[in-house]
Amino acid sequence: MSDIVPPEVKPKPAIPANTGPLVPPTSAIPVPVGSHSTAQSASGGSTLLGYIGIDTIIEQMRKKTMKAGFDFNIMVVGHSGLGKSTLLNTLFKSQVSRRNAGWPRDEKIPKTVEIKSVSHVIEEGGVKMKLTVVDTPGFGDQINNDNCWEPISKYINEQFEKFLKEEVNITRKKRIPDTRVHCCIYFIPPTGHSLRQLDIEFMKRLSHSVNIIPVIAKADTMTIEERQEFKQRVRKELETSGVEFYPQKEFDDDMEDKSDNDKIRETMPFAVVGSDKEYQVNGKRVLGRKTAWGIVEVENSNHCEFAKLRDFLIRSHLQDLKEVTHNIHYETYRAKRLNENGGLHPISSNGTQESNL
Amino acid sequence: MSVNQASAISTVGEGHMTAMELGGLRGLANLPNQVYRKSVKRGFEFTLMVVGESGLGKSTLINSLFLTDLYSKDYPGPSQRIKKTVQVEQSKVLIKEGGVQLTLTIVDTPGFGDAVDNSNCWQPVINYIDSKCEDFLNAESRVNRRSMPDNRVHCCLYFIAPSGHGLKPLDIEFMKRLHDKVNVIPLIAKADTLTPEECQLFKKQIMKEIQEHKIKIYEFPDTEDDEDNKLIRKIKEKMPLAVVGSNVVIEVNGKKVRGRQYPWGVAEVENGEHCDFTVLRNMLIRTHMQNLKDVTNNVHYENYRSKKLAAVTCNGVDNSKVKGQLTKSPLAQMEEERREHVMKMKKMEAEMEQVFEMKVKEKKQKLKDSEAELERRHEQMKRNLEAQYKELEEKRRVFEEEKINWEAQQKILEQQKLDASKSKNLVCVLFF
Repeated sequence: MSDIVPPEVKPKPAIPANTGPLVPPTSAIPVPVGSHSTAQSASGGSTLLGYIGIDTIIEQMRKKTMKAGFDFNIMVVGHSGLGKSTLLNTLFKSQVSRRNAGWPRDEKIPKTVEIKSVSHVIEEGGVKMKLTVVDTPGFGDQINNDNCWEPISKYINEQFEKFLKEEVNITRKKRIPDTRVHCCIYFIPPTGHSLRQLDIEFMKRLSHSVNIIPVIAKADTMTIEERQEFKQRVRKELETSGVEFYPQKEFDDDMEDKSDNDKIRETMPFAVVGSDKEYQVNGKRVLGRKTAWGIVEVENSNHCEFAKLRDFLIRSHLQDLKEVTHNIHYETYRAKRLNENGGLHPISSNGTQESNL
Repeated sequence: MSVNQASAISTVGEGHMTAMELGGLRGLANLPNQVYRKSVKRGFEFTLMVVGESGLGKSTLINSLFLTDLYSKDYPGPSQRIKKTVQVEQSKVLIKEGGVQLTLTIVDTPGFGDAVDNSNCWQPVINYIDSKCEDFLNAESRVNRRSMPDNRVHCCLYFIAPSGHGLKPLDIEFMKRLHDKVNVIPLIAKADTLTPEECQLFKKQIMKEIQEHKIKIYEFPDTEDDEDNKLIRKIKEKMPLAVVGSNVVIEVNGKKVRGRQYPWGVAEVENGEHCDFTVLRNMLIRTHMQNLKDVTNNVHYENYRSKKLAAVTCNGVDNSKVKGQLTKSPLAQMEEERREHVMKMKKMEAEMEQVFEMKVKEKKQKLKDSEAELERRHEQMKRNLEAQYKELEEKRRVFEEEKINWEAQQKILEQQKLDASKSKNLVCVLFF
């Protein structure tokens, strides 16, 4: 993580609005050139005495990240026909799925699980995000699905390995390209009964290397009561099988986090419906699915929990997902790896890796 | 059979055509009625098999089709219990309606397609179907055929998951293996997942794949009636049927309908625009039930029977020879078979005679031996007896001799005694 870099910040209008001459802070903290404070106003009121301006670091970070942009890697897993691509398109309100990136609609189901990833850059409010979507066609589609999770597990570990190698280099890049999978959305088919054997196996094996967010796909199959029952049963089964899905209980920092996350955990797995078509409902244009007996509104929380998933994933926990991946999953992998063959040798940079932004 | 009023055309007089009423000249018109009455008395049997992954709404659909609670809360259907291997379970229910009674057998296959490794999950299903055909074959071949219960599977409803893409490898494999053993009717389950456009696309895709893989699903036969033909053509266009099941009654616009209540509307089960449930029900129960049974009997069962019996008679013959025989005409083949059979019989007879003779000889030999043995023993015993007899004679002789001796001695003693007493007497007399 390279963050000790002097920010190039131009003098910014100070918060209680005053003139520009840069006044060095009173304390002895070595503050890089360019930081400013609004310690003394012309009137010299005692209330402003001691204002240092550390809180402006948030602003600095914001600017920095805006310039640098985000990386976010999301993986979708589930057998074909569960609406994975549609949900991704709905989540990011753009055509991000594999199909739209030029890969044709799969006529044939692949014989083994393949890993296909597509990258897009999405911009909103000055914030650039490089979103990489990793799709896994062929998962769970065969007659014999033994070990279909292995290609996925291998891919995740490969990304960790790549990052590790970069980190261990003698001359490191300023910004290591992050291709590690930050979040894996697992699509549960809406049978209405319980989890299938395959679901439990997959989640058990991968909950320790990646953040798994289970969702119930095609939730418009079930009525509200059926949905509640199904959710409860799924949660119970996940508990008894020892699957820790994101947000994991053990990583809650403090009480506030815990209560927030508890609330979320109570409503997981989210029952979602995806759509990229718009219809007119009560004068408004909404995303939805039009059936002969009504229109299923995707963003209506009485109809499905898509809005909750979106808020959870993007609006509140995006950064946390990345952090958990980096601090916990990656560190676990790194520790395991370094303990194995007596450690890695630092590799001299050979310039084969390009930073892709 | 809407022809109750037969029109018996008879030429009366100068070629007049008159339509006769029921109970007319010959009364043939009443024949359908008689058949009908007999069948009604006998009652009907129908066996329906449902196959599909768990959670596709099979139990709910069966309950909706027959308006019963075959799987109720107290007796949860197989889907509520998690199965490790594929089971085949059957449940019978007797349905009476308007004087007609139907013995309906529902065969369920819980556990199908639910494991991680589903290879050969169709094998238990195939075994079940074959065993029912075999039972019928045995019953048919018996001498006493009074009661022949028909437990063969007449129809198999295969549930396809509503993915919207196409058939899964498992679906294709299963249907390929079962299409020549039973009438397969593919259904799209939980059709309220799909919008009408998605449904159309999905159906087209499925039919395309079915044709690609040359899967023979149940074909509705054309009838002579034009009206019916139109209906049938409409049904054919809708294949595979997209169904929704429910037994919950909901009120919509003042009417009570069966359906599923969502926050955005009610999906009605019996509404033709919402799903194809009514089409399925009419087809399965009201119009084509008998045809399904007939096709099972005439096509699938005969297939099974000829395969089974051919295997028995061509037993032991080389495979290539079997192929050659199949190209001959059936009559010639039968002749040959007969000849072979006769020869085999003769051979068997000869062998049996041989064996018989050998056994007889053996037995005779044994008997002779035992006779000789007996004779020997007999001789020996006689000799023993004679020896003993002689001994005894000897002894007796000796004994006789002794007796004579003793008697003689006794006499002498007595004489002596007499003499002694005599002399004593003399002495006494002398004294007086």
